[in-house]
Amino acid sequence: MSQESKIVIRDFNFRYDSVQALRNINLDIQPRQIFSIFGPARSGKTTLLKSLNRLTDLVFGTSHTGTIFLDGMDIYDPKVNLTQLRRRIGMVFDLPTPLPISIFDNVAFGPKLIKFNQKKNLFEIVEKALKSAVLWEEVKDRLHTSALRLSGGQQQRLCIARVLALEPDVLLLDEPCSGLDPISTASIEETLRQLKKDYTVILVPHNIQQASRVADRAGFFLNGELIEEGPVYQIFAKPREKRTEDYVTGRFG
Amino acid sequence: MTQSIAKFIIWMAALSTIAVMVLILFQILKEGLPVLHLRFFLDSPKDMGREGGILSTIVGTMALTAVAILFGAPLGVGTAILLKEYTREGRTSFIIRFGTDCLAGIPSIIFGLFGFVFFVIYLNFGWSILSGGLTLAAMILPTVISTTEEAIKTIPHSYREVSYSLGGTKWQTVTRVVLPNALPGILTGILLSIGRSIGETAAIILTAGSSLVMPTSLFSPIRTMSVHFYILAREGISMKMAYGAGAALVLFVLLINMIAQWLINRYIRHRT
Repeated sequence: MSQESKIVIRDFNFRYDSVQALRNINLDIQPRQIFSIFGPARSGKTTLLKSLNRLTDLVFGTSHTGTIFLDGMDIYDPKVNLTQLRRRIGMVFDLPTPLPISIFDNVAFGPKLIKFNQKKNLFEIVEKALKSAVLWEEVKDRLHTSALRLSGGQQQRLCIARVLALEPDVLLLDEPCSGLDPISTASIEETLRQLKKDYTVILVPHNIQQASRVADRAGFFLNGELIEEGPVYQIFAKPREKRTEDYVTGRFG
Repeated sequence: MTQSIAKFIIWMAALSTIAVMVLILFQILKEGLPVLHLRFFLDSPKDMGREGGILSTIVGTMALTAVAILFGAPLGVGTAILLKEYTREGRTSFIIRFGTDCLAGIPSIIFGLFGFVFFVIYLNFGWSILSGGLTLAAMILPTVISTTEEAIKTIPHSYREVSYSLGGTKWQTVTRVVLPNALPGILTGILLSIGRSIGETAAIILTAGSSLVMPTSLFSPIRTMSVHFYILAREGISMKMAYGAGAALVLFVLLINMIAQWLINRYIRHRT
């Protein structure tokens, strides 16, 4: 296990009842980079993301072997506090999921879950998070209107802000642009470039082009296996594996 | 040809429904409205209800309904949360749901008998607001449970995932995401229950009595508006006053429905 890796995945297998979703994954993810997980549908990308913040715990009948370390801590250790873990590893879903409450309350949702949070700081936390997600200028005059009135792209940036309000270490993004138009996509990608200065970002891109535009490193997944991983230029320009090459050149997928 | 016959039959079915409702309302209001003066609402009944107003029965109805909702709603909502958020669909939830379905099928007079034996006599609450309210609470449980379950079912799973992914515990997810979003549905269920409580007679006579005296505590016996209407008409005391009480009852229920609907719509609009 190298010292500087943020996340270390070792011999990780994951099953939903009878379906094996991930097979023997070994992967190190460095801090302050965008790591892109790509591959065809049902290749285990979302399962891997949800294993990292243990959102897979919500599904009945799952099991795993191997483990995942975050800063050297085994996240599947029974002593791990799930609340703290999930606050350190924020997740943004494939479709924008604003809660039907105001913009402000959406961003403040996470901070408010901790009882001793002081009301005074809440506004500063919300403002900072919205600025980091490059949404502040568009919503600062209507923080108390419903989040459902925002456009799709704004809603997704709101979801990013909601995660950033917890000041996590790691950001998981599961096809965050899948429901968005090209202009909104561009603004999300710009947001991601800003964010990687402070965060470790793991992104499931909604197409290969997006992975090559924003990611530093990428891993190709197929049928629950990690086929290969490496710097983006290498993965897309001269992949070591035939299957990766077939996929990135559009021969299947 | 068959199309037009089918259309005719369906229209007749709908029109008959409306006609029944209009006839009932017309009859009650035609006979009852002339009795409804301000004094009718502000005076308590005199001479067994031949004279005076219905104030004590309005107070009795409201107190009884309040007790029923106060006990029935939290129990019902709690049960629905257990079924939907804390258990997998399986044997436990099947047994609980089977139990509440059975409860829904029991005739109200049986609830009345149970309330009489258990609350009035065994627990020695006497004929009182408390006995009647607790009996009604048991009667409205199935409605509250099933409407709450339906309301919870419509909440997208993604809302829960958001809460958990931000570090929310199960209880925080229930109180901050599930319940606020299910509230309009829950309130609709409570509204139905209020309607049922106000309209109930058989179980009330057995558990809350039929006293015309203004209640002073939870242990006072009372007479609700429905019971008052029933006794005035059944015992031939005064058909005029019976219709007055009936008209007041109808308007009362209508008013509660309108206010509640307005509140629910306002709440929904506020959130979207």
